[in-house]
Amino acid sequence: MRQQLKIYVGSAVLALLVSAPALAADAGLFSGAMQQAAPGEHLLLADVSSSNTFNRNLKKEKDPNAAPSEDGYHDPENEGTHILQPPKDAYTGLPTTEFGNHVDWVKSIDEKKLSPRWDRINSSEEPFVMDMDIVREVKASVPDVVFPHRQHTEWLACANCHPAIFVPQKGANQINMSAILLGQKCGVCHGKVSFPITTKTCSKCHSKPKPADWSPPLSDATLKNPWR
Amino acid sequence: MTSYKADRSIKWRFSILGVLAGLALLAMAPAKAEYADVIINNYADAAGMRPVVFPHWFHRIRFRCKVCHADLGFQFKAGGNKITMAKIIDGKFCGACHNGEVAWSVENCNMCHSGIPGTPTHIHGSTVQRLVSPPYKALNAPQQPAQQ
Ligand code: HEC
Ligand code: HEC
Ligand code: HEC
Ligand code: HEC
Ligand code: HEC
Ligand code: HEC
Repeated sequence: MRQQLKIYVGSAVLALLVSAPALAADAGLFSGAMQQAAPGEHLLLADVSSSNTFNRNLKKEKDPNAAPSEDGYHDPENEGTHILQPPKDAYTGLPTTEFGNHVDWVKSIDEKKLSPRWDRINSSEEPFVMDMDIVREVKASVPDVVFPHRQHTEWLACANCHPAIFVPQKGANQINMSAILLGQKCGVCHGKVSFPITTKTCSKCHSKPKPADWSPPLSDATLKNPWR
Repeated sequence: MTSYKADRSIKWRFSILGVLAGLALLAMAPAKAEYADVIINNYADAAGMRPVVFPHWFHRIRFRCKVCHADLGFQFKAGGNKITMAKIIDGKFCGACHNGEVAWSVENCNMCHSGIPGTPTHIHGSTVQRLVSPPYKALNAPQQPAQQ
């Protein structure tokens, strides 16, 4: 009994120690809707090194769509917080996804489950929807990118993108994945408000399969490899 | 409307304990706010008001992005619009709707000023923040890298 208690207290202290560096790194608030892998799950039974946790860097999403009073962002001591709507209440009946808000915003409009206003006052004004796909060939093994104007012009005005983010001319813009992940080009919106960039969403943008005979170009180091 | 500072001043003694407990809690249960919630705190904290939490999810159910980001001139940058109460009661930014006509009016301070004090300006859940190796230093540069 006493032994058990000791272990319990020990592992709690350990858990704190283990999570302290992570805390310092992102001050808790910056870890997003993510949770460090359960502290305390150590590979070694003896405390040889407390740094041997099974997952060092994996962050998993925990309890998406938490109510405002429990989301770690709104102050539960503020009366207004308890009047705010919990997201889950609002999302009931909308098509779901496994990322972002966990709502498929495009389908919600396509299936007429939602009809957000296009004008601040006039609820009958319709968006100017333009159906034009732009294909961008990608120099990597992932499928090519199809940029669909239709889904974008359901939500946005041309002036939201042209010309500040994209010159309106096919191929006139330099885009790559690092820029997107840093919040530029497509990343101005994707990864912030529109769907995020995760393994589950790559194929939303990378949606046009490569020709069957396509293979990735070999790097110079391989072509000139003297030991080949 | 009392500021959060006033109603807390008595309890400052507990705050040392609170900070310790808070640290432990933060480490184990980090924020899980809704994707795309924006915390706006350029000035609020300094004026003794809680930071503002702007919920994108709630507003995009009612309005397309175009209404705010084209018609009302909100730039795509958390904190980048330098919103103040003077501008709001002038009918700009949040004040274009939170005027008792389109949405409830501005005297409901604690509906907007609902964030945990001290939270810096940023957009929640962004891919940039979630990278294992963040490309920027969270505390000193809480704002997103400039777009473009
Ligand atoms: C285009 C119009 C519009 C703008 C601009 C706008 N809002 Fe709203 N907001 C609304 C409407 C409509 C509601 C719903 C009102 C109701 O419930 O009667 C709302 C509700 C809210 C709510 C309550 C959500 C809930 O859970 O009930 C908050 C908080 C809020 N707005 C904050 C803001 C802030 C902060 C800004 C400025 C940064 C802002 N809004 C700008 C239209 C707007
Ligand atoms: C979400 C951002 C976005 C919005 C909104 C948007 N576009 Fe585009 N547009 C793009 C991108 C990205 C390209 C491709 C640029 C490239 O390939 O370098 C493009 C390309 C174009 C082109 C060039 C096509 C070609 O074949 O050269 C035209 C014309 C254009 N857009 C017009 C419009 C119009 C009109 C609207 C409004 C109805 C609009 N766009 C809205 C992002 C957008
Ligand atoms: C100005 C903001 C903005 C920019 C820039 C932008 N998008 Fe989007 N995108 C949206 C919004 C809003 C949606 C609607 C769905 C959502 O919010 O998740 C959307 C939806 C999409 C969809 C449709 C998903 C579906 O379910 O049908 C694709 C594909 C897409 N974007 C690709 C891109 C690509 C590729 C780029 C860059 C060339 C880009 N977007 C740039 C705002 C943007
Ligand atoms: C919002 C749309 C979008 C999403 C989501 C997205 N990509 Fe991309 N990706 C692009 C665009 C646009 C390019 C540039 C294409 C070009 O060269 O014109 C690109 C390029 C790439 C490239 C080529 C190298 C480079 O940097 O140009 C790779 C590899 C890649 N993406 C992988 C991924 C993976 C893996 C994911 C999922 C984690 C992903 N992408 C998600 C839009 C997207
Ligand atoms: C519709 C949402 C909304 C409501 C309601 C609201 N505010 Fe604000 N307020 C904001 C935003 C957004 C900011 C900018 C926050 C920042 O950058 O720190 C702000 C900033 C402030 C600031 C600091 C900047 C300045 O203008 O001096 C004070 C003080 C403030 N609000 C007080 C109040 C009080 C008191 C009330 C109630 C009478 C109130 N607010 C109601 C949205 C709101
Ligand atoms: C009711 C008004 C409203 C609507 C509707 C709205 N936004 Fe916003 N958006 C805001 C406000 C307010 C901010 C924060 C600006 C600030 O802090 O100065 C913001 C910030 C942003 C940012 C900047 C994030 C960053 O810091 O990098 C992006 C991107 C964005 N919105 C995209 C969208 C997209 C995409 C849509 C449509 C799906 C949308 N917004 C709908 C009001 C709105």
